[in-house]
Amino acid sequence: MTYMKQSPVPALLLAGMMCLGAGSPAVAEEVSAEERGLRIALEARERSEGFGNFSASLTMVLRTKQGQETERHLRIKILEVIDGGDKTIFIFDEPRDVRGTAFLIHTNRDESDDIWLFLPALERVKRISSSNRSGSFMGSEFAYEDITDQVIEKFTYRYLGDEPCGDLVCTVIERVSLEEDSGYSRQLIWHDTEEYRSWKVEFYDRRNDLLKTLTATDYELHLERFWYAGQQSMVNHRTGKSTVMSWVDLQLGVELDERDFTRTGLKRLR
Amino acid sequence: MSPGSVLRRSLSGLVLVALVYPTTGRTDDSLIDYHEFYGTFSVESRWFPDSPAHAGQRDTDASFVAEPSLYLETADGTSFTLETLLRYDNTDAERNLADLREAYLLLLGLIGEDEWELRLGYDHVFWGVAESRHLVDIVNQTDLVANPNEEVKLGQPMAHLTLSGEWGVAELFALPWHRSRTYPGRHGRLRGAFVVDNGRERYESAAAERHLDLAARYSQSFGPFDIGVSVFDGTSREPYLEPVLECGPVPDPALCRVFLAPLYEQIRQFGLDLQMTTEGWLLKLEAIRRTGASNLFGRKEDFTAFVAGGEYTFYSVLESDIDVGLLAEWNRDSRLLRASNVFQNDVFLGSRLAFNDIEGTDLFFGVLADLDTGTRSFNVQMNRRLDDSLSLHLEGSLLENVGEDDPVHASRRDSFISVNLTYGF
Repeated sequence: MTYMKQSPVPALLLAGMMCLGAGSPAVAEEVSAEERGLRIALEARERSEGFGNFSASLTMVLRTKQGQETERHLRIKILEVIDGGDKTIFIFDEPRDVRGTAFLIHTNRDESDDIWLFLPALERVKRISSSNRSGSFMGSEFAYEDITDQVIEKFTYRYLGDEPCGDLVCTVIERVSLEEDSGYSRQLIWHDTEEYRSWKVEFYDRRNDLLKTLTATDYELHLERFWYAGQQSMVNHRTGKSTVMSWVDLQLGVELDERDFTRTGLKRLR
Repeated sequence: MSPGSVLRRSLSGLVLVALVYPTTGRTDDSLIDYHEFYGTFSVESRWFPDSPAHAGQRDTDASFVAEPSLYLETADGTSFTLETLLRYDNTDAERNLADLREAYLLLLGLIGEDEWELRLGYDHVFWGVAESRHLVDIVNQTDLVANPNEEVKLGQPMAHLTLSGEWGVAELFALPWHRSRTYPGRHGRLRGAFVVDNGRERYESAAAERHLDLAARYSQSFGPFDIGVSVFDGTSREPYLEPVLECGPVPDPALCRVFLAPLYEQIRQFGLDLQMTTEGWLLKLEAIRRTGASNLFGRKEDFTAFVAGGEYTFYSVLESDIDVGLLAEWNRDSRLLRASNVFQNDVFLGSRLAFNDIEGTDLFFGVLADLDTGTRSFNVQMNRRLDDSLSLHLEGSLLENVGEDDPVHASRRDSFISVNLTYGF
């Protein structure tokens, strides 16, 4: 779970969250496919920064191949730290046996992040390792690396082409993680050329077989700048399982108490 | 009215209120801005396959635990937490308990760049990093009858002031009341040949359980290091158990009984806990220096003890969702076989499997091997959710090759299997 400068949760959302204005990065000039892919990613990052503090509730519906369903409920708060790493809190509400369990993440730009886990039954705050990138997040089809780390410098990019997506036109870029412990050989991302929202991501496993597909829907504009998908659906093609993430009460630029984002604050979270 | 009956009365009121009101939400009351009702009910059964070693002991027990809880918060961040515990056991009356796990008022504020937090009331405080044993952890008394692993604690009344800033976290504790350790009764397993009689406990201090204990801790994180240094001065949580022979008015062996009387001494303890966290690895050290306590043979002996080890986790092994953690720790006590516990020279090896499935299944295997007496103590635990509110906990504990000179020799026939179902609301 290496969280970098960019805020962890928005990283996923931001994959599709681009603001208006500014010229298309794919303007016609003689550049390599790698350069063109990188420009799309850089543009996305630039437009997604400066959202202020973030707070939201998240519901995940986990489905098995046989159609059995179960839900997860959690809340997420992100404190934007100017000239430093952002600080993130996850608080679990359901299922009941993990109620009150919380994570505190202090993002570091140049080294691995600091992560503390709060276990309410023992009132214990435990520092944990940040290397669990490819593991499942709460038994869902999302891996930690899907919902966290999307730092530009940790990937190489390649522009593959344009193709229609619904009523829009999408650019397709490929990115390859530079992290040794990533679970993927490569990912393909579809951005529309109007608002640069990402509508689809394909994840290929280490043997280069299609492993998972993420589709985003219900885009809404926040603070007149940021596009957030209200719903994201991840389907695992190998297991037939799927997870739908729905965001509720999504607030940008919200006022958060800095004191909650400490080891002491972690113990009094609700 | 005894504290226990007050607690039971307030608990029954709380349960009623919880049934009537919604469990969480904003309230219209101008003072209380937010409230939550929550808690658990659980049933547990333990089975001891070996016939008992001591008279009066039974082969099975069943218990019921309710933990109704309440949280109130005002608009300025002041909050009140009430977590209560009621336990009924059908075999051993010493396992019955009405406890305030937490009942505290929490106040917050700022001093310049730093923040302060004050907790007043019953609370739980955890210090330390190790897994096989919580050596530096001393604020709360152990609820030994809940589980022999010493992980379950009783609520402790305290004033707890925390100051924190860029320079670290400093905590000061004033502990005005001592809680007695719980011990199994005559019908209970996991005890020695003689029963501990909590009615006959004694204190070294003339103030007895009212002695004001003081404690302080400083902790800080430096990159991969988390360090804590602590000091405790007051009534020991671990009593010396003094054998007492008591006879009736007529000298007749039939009217005599032998029991253990807990003696709570005045001690001072300095503690250190340190963890280094790197990719995959957690390296841990806890160490204490304790003065003023008696050893196994009832003689005062100052000592040093430590637990050192590490934990390594392999994530998503063989492209599955399963994480496998490996743990190894070494426990050492300078009193050697005069130590008042089993951790004088013991190696702990364990493995934790997290399946990361929908049911949140995890498995834990551990063995604590005594390098001096040869005793091996195995422990297996499994947790799994049955649905969103109901979860299952299975535990097995096996003692093997128990040496005659080992303190656990008296409970050598107390291997057990337990099944626990917990409903959360």
